[in-house]
Amino acid sequence: MRLAGFYVFAVAIILLPILFQDNYFVTVVGISAGLHVILAVGLNLLMGYAGQISLGHAAFFGMGAYASGILTTRYAWPAPLAMFAGLTVVGLIAWLLARPILRLHGHYLAMATLGFGIVVHVIMVQATHWTGGPDGLSGIPTLDLFGWPVDSDLRWYAVVAAAMLLAIWLSLNLIDSRIGRALRAVHGSEFAAQMLGIDTGRTKTQVFVVSALFAAFAGSLFAHQQGFVSPDSFSLMVSVELVTMVVLGGMASTFGAACGAIALTLLHAGLVVFEDYEMLIHGALLMAVMIFMPQGLFVGLDQAVRRLLRRSGN
Amino acid sequence: MLDQLFQFLVTGITVGSIYALVGLGFALIYNASDVVNFAQGEFVMLGAMTAIALLAAGLPLPLAAIVATTIVVIVGLLLERFAIEPALGASVVATIIITIGAAIFLRGIAMLLWGKDFRSLPPFSGDTPIRIGSATLLPQSLWVLGVTVALVVLVRLFFDRTLVGKALLACSFNRAAAKLVGINVRVMLRLAYGLSAGFGALAGILVAPITFSSYEAGVMLGLKGFSAAIVGGIGNPMGAVTGGLLLGVLESLGAGFISSGYKDAIAFLFVLMVLFFEPTGLFGHKTAERV
Amino acid sequence: MIAQAPSSTSALPPAKLLVVDGLEQSFGGIMALAGVSFWVSPGLIYAVIGPNGAGKTTLFNALCGFYQPSAGSIRFDGRELLGLPPHRIAAQGIARTFQNLQLFFNMTVLENVMAGCYLRTRSGLLAAALRFPKVRREEWQSREWACEALELCELTDRIEQPAGTLPYGLMKRVEIARALATRPRLLLLDEPAAGLNDTESLALRDLIERIRASGVTVLLVEHHMPLVMNVSNRLLVLDYGSVLAEGTPDEIKADQRVAAAYLGGAVQYAV
Repeated sequence: MRLAGFYVFAVAIILLPILFQDNYFVTVVGISAGLHVILAVGLNLLMGYAGQISLGHAAFFGMGAYASGILTTRYAWPAPLAMFAGLTVVGLIAWLLARPILRLHGHYLAMATLGFGIVVHVIMVQATHWTGGPDGLSGIPTLDLFGWPVDSDLRWYAVVAAAMLLAIWLSLNLIDSRIGRALRAVHGSEFAAQMLGIDTGRTKTQVFVVSALFAAFAGSLFAHQQGFVSPDSFSLMVSVELVTMVVLGGMASTFGAACGAIALTLLHAGLVVFEDYEMLIHGALLMAVMIFMPQGLFVGLDQAVRRLLRRSGN
Repeated sequence: MLDQLFQFLVTGITVGSIYALVGLGFALIYNASDVVNFAQGEFVMLGAMTAIALLAAGLPLPLAAIVATTIVVIVGLLLERFAIEPALGASVVATIIITIGAAIFLRGIAMLLWGKDFRSLPPFSGDTPIRIGSATLLPQSLWVLGVTVALVVLVRLFFDRTLVGKALLACSFNRAAAKLVGINVRVMLRLAYGLSAGFGALAGILVAPITFSSYEAGVMLGLKGFSAAIVGGIGNPMGAVTGGLLLGVLESLGAGFISSGYKDAIAFLFVLMVLFFEPTGLFGHKTAERV
Repeated sequence: MIAQAPSSTSALPPAKLLVVDGLEQSFGGIMALAGVSFWVSPGLIYAVIGPNGAGKTTLFNALCGFYQPSAGSIRFDGRELLGLPPHRIAAQGIARTFQNLQLFFNMTVLENVMAGCYLRTRSGLLAAALRFPKVRREEWQSREWACEALELCELTDRIEQPAGTLPYGLMKRVEIARALATRPRLLLLDEPAAGLNDTESLALRDLIERIRASGVTVLLVEHHMPLVMNVSNRLLVLDYGSVLAEGTPDEIKADQRVAAAYLGGAVQYAV
C-alpha cells in the first residue's frame, strides 16, 4: 500500500514504449527525462527533505560522466567497472566536502555549492589533457550488460527506466525510515533533532553523499548513452535547472521531484520550437511558478483540483 | 618579478573595484529584503549593453551613460514591484529561484535585442597607457577606481549621515520594528533595488571599454559580486567592497603567476576556503539562534 | 558571585541523578550563569524558577550541550556531560522540550514522535534504502512506541495530522510526546505552560505527574507559579545567574529574598 503510487508509475513507464512503438520522441526524450528524474530525486533527498540547498549538483553529475568517459576511452576499462570507479571517487569527494560545506547555512551554503560547481566546471574546461577541454571527450563506448549490448534507443530507454525506478524506490524507502525521519528532523529543527540523539553533522554528510552518488550514477549512464561528454552539459545553468526541477515539482516529495524533472524536460523539448524566445519563456516561467505556486507546481495543481472538486461537490 | 607583481596588483584592483560595486548592490538589496538578487549581474550587463546601443544610436557618451543608468534603475524597480514584492516572506530557496528566473529572463531580452555578438564601448579618455614606474595603467582604470571610491564614500555618508540611509539600515535589522516606528518599508525596498540597479549599471558602463560585453556578460560578474558580498559577510556593504577588492587582486595574481585559465577556479576556491574557516564571511555577524 | 550550595541537602535521599556543580557561562562579558550548583534526586519533579533573564534557559542549554560552559561540571548518573555534543547527551537519557517550539513542521504528529525513537532503533542507511526485513520490524516497533507516548499525552486522535496544523497547546504536547519517545530518564521541560489557558495548564499538571509516575525524573523551567508550586517536589530559584534559594515549595514561599527578587515582593503563589 505504501508503494501504490510507485507501482502505478512503473506500469505507466513500461506501457509508454509499447503504446507508442518506434516513437522517437518517447524514447529519446524519455531517456533524457529518466536521467533527470534520477538527478532530481537524488537532489530532492538533500534539498527537499534535509533542507540543504545545492547550486552545484551538476558537478557530481559531471564527475560521474567524466569518470566513465576518461576510464573507458583513455584506459580502456570496461564500462561497468568505470561506472563503479566513478561512483567510488564521487562518493569519496562528496564525503570529504560534506562536513565543511554543510556547516554553512542559507545563502552561504548556496555560495559554497555554487563555487564548488564552478571550480569543477573550470577544471573540466582547462584540464584538456584529461577531459579534452571545451571540445569534450568522444568515443565513449556504450554499456554492455553481461553480453547484452545497450545499443538502441529502446534498450537505453529500458535501462534508464529501470535505473530511474530503482532511484525512486530507494528514495521512497529511505524517506519512510529511521534515517529518513532523521533527515527531515534536521530540516525541521537542528536543535530538536540533536536532542533526539541525531548526529546532525553525520546525517547531513550521509545524505550529501547519497545525493552525489545518485547524480554520479546518472552522469555515468549519460556518458555511455551519449558516447560524448563536454563541459557544457555540467555548467552552472544545469545545476540551476536541477534545483528548478525539485522546486517545480514541490519540495520534499519524491514523486514531485520526478514530475518536476519530467515537466522541465518536456518544456525544453517543446521550447526548442521557439528558439530565440526559449530563454525569455524559461525565465518568466521560473518566476511565475515561484511567485504564484511557491509550494511547487504539482502540490499547487493538486490543491487546485481538490478545491475544484469540493466546489463541484457542493 | 616585482614589476609584474605591481602590474597584477593594478589590474586586480581595477577588476576588484567592479566586483566591489556589484557586491555593494548585493549587500544593499540583501539588507533591505533578505533576498540575494541573482539578477544583479544582469543589471551590469544591461547597463553596458544599453549604453553601447545608445552611443551607436548617436547619443554622446555622458548622456548615453546617464540614460542607460536610468533605464536600468527602472528595470530594477520593475523587478522589485513585479517579482520581489509579490513573494515577500518566501523561503530562501524560492527567492533564489525567482531572482535566477529574472536573470534568465533579462538575458533572454538582451539576446533578442542585441543578438549574441560581443560589443564594447570606446574608453572615456582615450587608450594611451599611463606609465607608473614599470607598470602601465589604462586611463579607463582610473575612471573605474575614481567612480568606485566616490560611490563607496557616498554610500558610507548615506548610511551614516542621512535619515533615509538610517531608515534603510533599520529595515535590515528588523523590518517589523522599522515599520512600527513609521518607516515605509515598501519605499525602502524600492530604494534599495533602484540603488543596486544603478550601481550595477554604472559598473557595467565603466567596465565596458575594458572587457567585451554580450548578453551573457552578467553571469560571471554577478557571481563574483555575490562572492564579494559573501566573503565580506553578507549584508555588510563595506565588507562587500573589501571582499570585491580581495577577490580581484587574488584573481589577477592567480591569473598572472599560476594560470589564466584557472583564474575563476582560484577565485571560487578562495571563497570556499574563507567559508570553511569563517562560515559567515570575514566581517559577517556571528548570530546565535535562541532555542 | 560565589556559588551557593543547596541549603538542606541532608533531608533528601542519597541518590543523585543529576549533579550540577559551579556551572559558569558567560556571553561577551555578561555572566549568564555565575557558578550554579544543585542536584536532583531520581523520581522528583524539580523546578527551576526565577525572573526573566535569570539564566534558566541558559542552564537548560548548557545541560543539553548547546553551550560550552567555561567552568563547572554536570554529572548525570555519575557521568560527566560537560564537553559532550547534544546528541551524545541525548543518548545518555536526557530529553527536552523547547521554549520556542521546535516541532518538525514538515512531518505528521506520528512521524514527529517516531523520530523520537531514533535512539531506540538501529538500522542504517543501506538497510533502510533496501528495506531489509529488520527495517520493517523496526518501523512497526517505532510506531508502537510512538503510539504509547502519544496516548500518554492524549494525542491519539491526532496522529495522522501534519504537526503544523495543530493548535498551539497541542503542538507543545507533541513536543513532550516526542521527548518521551526517546525513553529518557530525565526530561527537561522549558516553559511548558507558556501560552496555555487555565484548562490546558491543569491538564498539563496532570500530564507532568503521569510522566513522573512512569518513572521519568522531570526538570521544569516555568513562570506559571500555581503550576510550579503544586507540581514540583523541590525548587531552585535563580537570579542574575546565581542560586538565590533551593528547597521545597513551602520553604521557597517563606523565603523573603525570593519574594524580593520577584517584583519587589508582590509574588502570587496562590492556586
